[in-house]
Amino acid sequence: MIDLSLLDKQFFQLALVAALLVGLCAPAVGTFIVQRKLALLGAGIGHVALTGVALGFLTGTAPVLTAVAVAVAGAVAIEVVRARGRTSGDVALALLFYGGIAGGVMLMGIAPGGSNAKLNSYLFGAIASVTTEDIWVIGGLAVLVLGVVAVFGRELFVLCQDEEIAKASGLPVRFLSMLIAVTAALTVVIAMRVVGLLLVSALMVIPVATSQQLTRGFRTTMLLAMLFGTVAAVGGLLASTASTRVPPGAAIVLLALAGFVLSLGVGRFIRRGRYQESNVSEAGKMRVEEVT
Amino acid sequence: MSEIAFAMTGGRVTLDGRPVLAGVDLTVREGEVVAVMGTNGSGKSTLVRALLGLRPLSGGSTLLYGVPPARFRHWWRIGYVPQRLAIGGGVPATVREVVASGRVARRRRLSRFRPEDREAVTRALAAVGLSDRAGDSAQALSGGQQQRVLIARALAGEPDTYVMDEPTAGVDAETQRLLADTLAGLVAAGKTIVLVAHELGPLEPLITRGVVVREGRIVHDGPPPQPEGECARPGHEHVHPHAEATAGPLLGWQGER
Repeated sequence: MIDLSLLDKQFFQLALVAALLVGLCAPAVGTFIVQRKLALLGAGIGHVALTGVALGFLTGTAPVLTAVAVAVAGAVAIEVVRARGRTSGDVALALLFYGGIAGGVMLMGIAPGGSNAKLNSYLFGAIASVTTEDIWVIGGLAVLVLGVVAVFGRELFVLCQDEEIAKASGLPVRFLSMLIAVTAALTVVIAMRVVGLLLVSALMVIPVATSQQLTRGFRTTMLLAMLFGTVAAVGGLLASTASTRVPPGAAIVLLALAGFVLSLGVGRFIRRGRYQESNVSEAGKMRVEEVT
Repeated sequence: MSEIAFAMTGGRVTLDGRPVLAGVDLTVREGEVVAVMGTNGSGKSTLVRALLGLRPLSGGSTLLYGVPPARFRHWWRIGYVPQRLAIGGGVPATVREVVASGRVARRRRLSRFRPEDREAVTRALAAVGLSDRAGDSAQALSGGQQQRVLIARALAGEPDTYVMDEPTAGVDAETQRLLADTLAGLVAAGKTIVLVAHELGPLEPLITRGVVVREGRIVHDGPPPQPEGECARPGHEHVHPHAEATAGPLLGWQGER
């Protein structure tokens, strides 16, 4: 069963804080990314970030910091390719992703102290090994990410809705596109320790997909997705205390997916209710018109 | 002394090596109501987008209130109505959220939504008859209603000049009449309107100038072309917006029955 005695342990408290921050940040950025049809952007940046992690091991710097640098560079590169809009764009992206993974594995192999166990902990997450230093970096990035959403949210909404309208409203389209790509990169690094680079974009996409089954507005979709993300991250972490054989990253993502499946059913039920409601009000209006 | 809203000289646009606009000269003064007409693929939609700088010119130049689009700063003066509501990745947005985003060019980055913003949005929703749908998902509405949402979005920004890309295409008769009423109000307020249309329908009496585009060139510029063919037959009745305005459901209420 879930072992609550761990709550007293420092490593578990750090893990909880990390899960909470990821659960809040990833879906907030994810809402814009999903609307922009860039759902796989997070996955791509995650692949690239692996090279950054390995670079950290190779040079003896904190892997989180080198991951930030390389992930941001990768996000900028992806955005440049996207903005060009060439037909070969997706091939260019694929090359970047494979390069990121291969580069990461290679650098990790030749780095002193690099091992398959370390590689795995970044690919699939190792939330229990989060250090106080990690939390400071993750916390700082989380403030940055949520700050961007709060300050630029209105403009990003217009951009993600319709880029031509954004241009015709005088918004700095190129800057905002870059901003969302870089914010996604920062989110990837926040989530890297919790669910791992290969599952990073799950927390950016699944809570949003779940939420949009149930909502009618953009803001409510985002807030509900942040709630779902937090519940999945904290819930998955708690579930993993049941046995040392349960990997927390996978538990978090599977929990989020279970929530999505549940929302499909609930969403259909809600929409049917709304449909009948709007039919009734339409019919009511017709009757009023007949009388007048 | 009327200002010049748009001035294009020798405008050329090339898409994938194919010339779409082949040297267009077009000047629109403030207060004009211009219909850009032409068949599908004539370049009429590209023309209005090029006027706004949304399509880069491969030759010639265009000015927005005397300034090239890249250096133009007063975007709140422009209200652009695209052809259709973009669905994107499927994240829902309420009608009110979409309409409120029309205020974005008028607001500073960190400012709160002011009472005047809220009032402009409420007025815009009322103008297109969607006040009771404000909380609904815009994507769940019918095509005609989505068109109204986009028009309300532009209205909410309270611009001087409206650029509308086929506002009447694929829209039911009721929405066409409502659009004509709304435009009549804008024309009365002295706004500039450039709209792309396949046929004018109930908008016809509002148009002061017709520009016909064919194969990327302007082949007619002057009074709106008279309807031909089916529409010109005797007995074909155009529905005029003002006739509609006095025959609404409020007729009995006003005691004029």
